[in-house]
Amino acid sequence: MKKLQTLVPLSIGLTACFWLQSCSSSPQAANQAATSTQGKLVLTGSSTVAPLAAEIAKRYESEHPGVRIDVQSGGSSRGIADARQGVADIGMVSRALKENEQDLQAFAIAKDGVSVILHQANPVQQLSDQQIVDIYTKKITNWQAVGGKNAPITVVNKAEGRSTLELFAHYFKLEPKDIKADVVIGDNEQGIKTVAGNPNAIGYVSIGSAEYNATHGTPIKLLPVKGVAASIANVASEKFPISRPLNLVTKTAPTGLQKDFIEFARSQGVQDIVKQQYFVPAT
Amino acid sequence: MLNSNTSSQRRNETLLLWLLRGLALISGAIILLILFFLIWEAIPLFQQVGLSRFFTDPSWHPASNEFNLTPMLAGTLLVTAASVLIATPLGILSAVFCHYYTPPAIAQLYRRLIELLAGIPSVVYGFWGLVVLVPLINRIHPPGPSLLAGTLILTLMILPTIALVSDASLASVAPEYIKGAAALGLGRWAMIRGVVLPAARSGLITGVILETGRAIGETMAVLMVCGNVVQVPHSLFDPVRTLTANIALEMAYAVDNHRAALFVSGLVLMGLIALLVAIAELLNRGQYD
Repeated sequence: MKKLQTLVPLSIGLTACFWLQSCSSSPQAANQAATSTQGKLVLTGSSTVAPLAAEIAKRYESEHPGVRIDVQSGGSSRGIADARQGVADIGMVSRALKENEQDLQAFAIAKDGVSVILHQANPVQQLSDQQIVDIYTKKITNWQAVGGKNAPITVVNKAEGRSTLELFAHYFKLEPKDIKADVVIGDNEQGIKTVAGNPNAIGYVSIGSAEYNATHGTPIKLLPVKGVAASIANVASEKFPISRPLNLVTKTAPTGLQKDFIEFARSQGVQDIVKQQYFVPAT
Repeated sequence: MLNSNTSSQRRNETLLLWLLRGLALISGAIILLILFFLIWEAIPLFQQVGLSRFFTDPSWHPASNEFNLTPMLAGTLLVTAASVLIATPLGILSAVFCHYYTPPAIAQLYRRLIELLAGIPSVVYGFWGLVVLVPLINRIHPPGPSLLAGTLILTLMILPTIALVSDASLASVAPEYIKGAAALGLGRWAMIRGVVLPAARSGLITGVILETGRAIGETMAVLMVCGNVVQVPHSLFDPVRTLTANIALEMAYAVDNHRAALFVSGLVLMGLIALLVAIAELLNRGQYD
C-alpha cells in the first residue's frame, strides 16, 4: 500500500512531463524542415513602436520559421542605449534622432500623427495652439470664449504613458501633470466614441483612426493645426506639425538578418499592419 | 472474495485521495503563485519609494513619480458600495416576487430573463453605457461619464447575481417553516419578513458577497463609462477611476516604476478581496455560533 502511495503521484507527474514534452517538440520539428534563414533578433525600445514591431515580427517569423524575434519595450532612450551597446540588434525609437545620436542609423517604418477632434455639431472651425493649451489647462472652460456656443467644454485626455498623450503634450509644451481632464480614455476608439457622443467635447487621437471614422459616418471633425489640415496625406508628406517618425535604429549599417528584417518592416507587404495600428506608412 | 473486494475498493479510494490532494495543491499553489508574482513585481518600487507614498503623494502621475492610489481606492469603494446598495434590495425583492407573488409560469419566464441578463458580456454593457447612458447623463449634467454612470451599469451587471442566488436560497427554505407560518395565520408579507428572510439569511449574505466581488473586479464596462479621472468625486456627476480601470488603461504602455505601480494597484485589489472574504467568513461564523 505504501508503495502505491508514492507511485501514484510519481506516475501522474511523469505523464504530465511526457505530455508537455510532446507539446514543445512538434514546432521544433516544423522549424527544422523549413527555409534556410536561421537566427535570433532582439529589438528593444519605444513602447509606441513595440506593438507594431511585434506584429511585423510575427509575420516575419511565420514566413521565416527558423528565425526568432524578441521584442521588448522600455522607452525610446532604452532603444538608443541598447542599440549603441549592442545589447539589442535593433533599437526602436519613436522620434527623429537627436544631434548627439547621429552615430546611429535610423530607418523609419511608419509615421505617427495626432489630431484634435471635435463633435461635428460644434460650430468652432479652428483653434489656435494657445487656445488648445488654455482649454487643456482649464483656463478656458466655455466654448463661448473661442467662438462657440455657450456650453461647458468637456476635455478628453489620454491615460498616462500613452504615446498619443506624449506626442500631444510634447507639441503643445504641456506637462502631463498640467492637463486637467474631464474624461480620461484608453484607446483611440474610446476617444472617438466619447467625442461623438458629446457635442461639447474636445479630444485628440491618432490621425489614422480619426480620419477613418470621420469618413465613415462618425460625427466628428478633425481640426487643422497652424492652417494645415489634419490628414494622413499631410502626415506622410511631413506638412502636418503634430507628427513624428517611428524608427528602427542600428549601430552600424545593417547586415544579414538585421538588414532583411528592416527591409521587410519597410516593405509594402506590412503596410496593412501599419494601418491597422493607426500609423501612417513611411513610404 | 469479500476480502479482495474491499482491498481493491480501498486501493481506488487511495488513488482518488491522492488525485484530490494533488488537484487541491495545484489550486492553492496558483493563488499563492499569483500573490508571490504580484509582490515580486511590486517590490522594487516599494524599496524605492516606501509604502506610505502610495497614500500621501499629491496625485497619481507615475511617469513623474507620484503614486497616490487613494482616489482610485475611493473610486472602487464608492462605485461598488453604491451599486451593491441599489442591487441588493432589487435582487432580493425580485426573488421574493418570483417565489410568493406570481404564478409559476410567469416566475419561470422571469427567471430565464434574469439568467439571460447574467449571460451578457460586460463589454456589451460598457458599450451600451458609452453610447446611450453617458450621452443621456451628459444632457442632464455634463460631462456625462461619471460615478453615476458607473453605478448604474454595475447595478445592472450584478443584479442577476444577487437575484439568482436569492432565488436559490429562498427555494431552499424548509417548507415546514412556511406551513407553520401559514398555520399561525400570518399574512404573506409578515411570513416573508418574519420567517422566510431570516431562514434564508446565510444564502442571501453569500449572494451579497458574490455581487460585491463581481462589482470590485469589473473592469471593461467601468472603464468605458466612468470617465477615469483620478480624483475623489464630490458629486454623483464627477468622473472617477477605479483600481481595475487604472490597470487596464495604463498597462499597455507602462514601463519600469509605472509598471510596478500598476502591480501595486493589483495588490491593493487583492487586499480588498481578501478583506471581503474575511468579512464573509465572520458573518457566516456569527450565523452558526
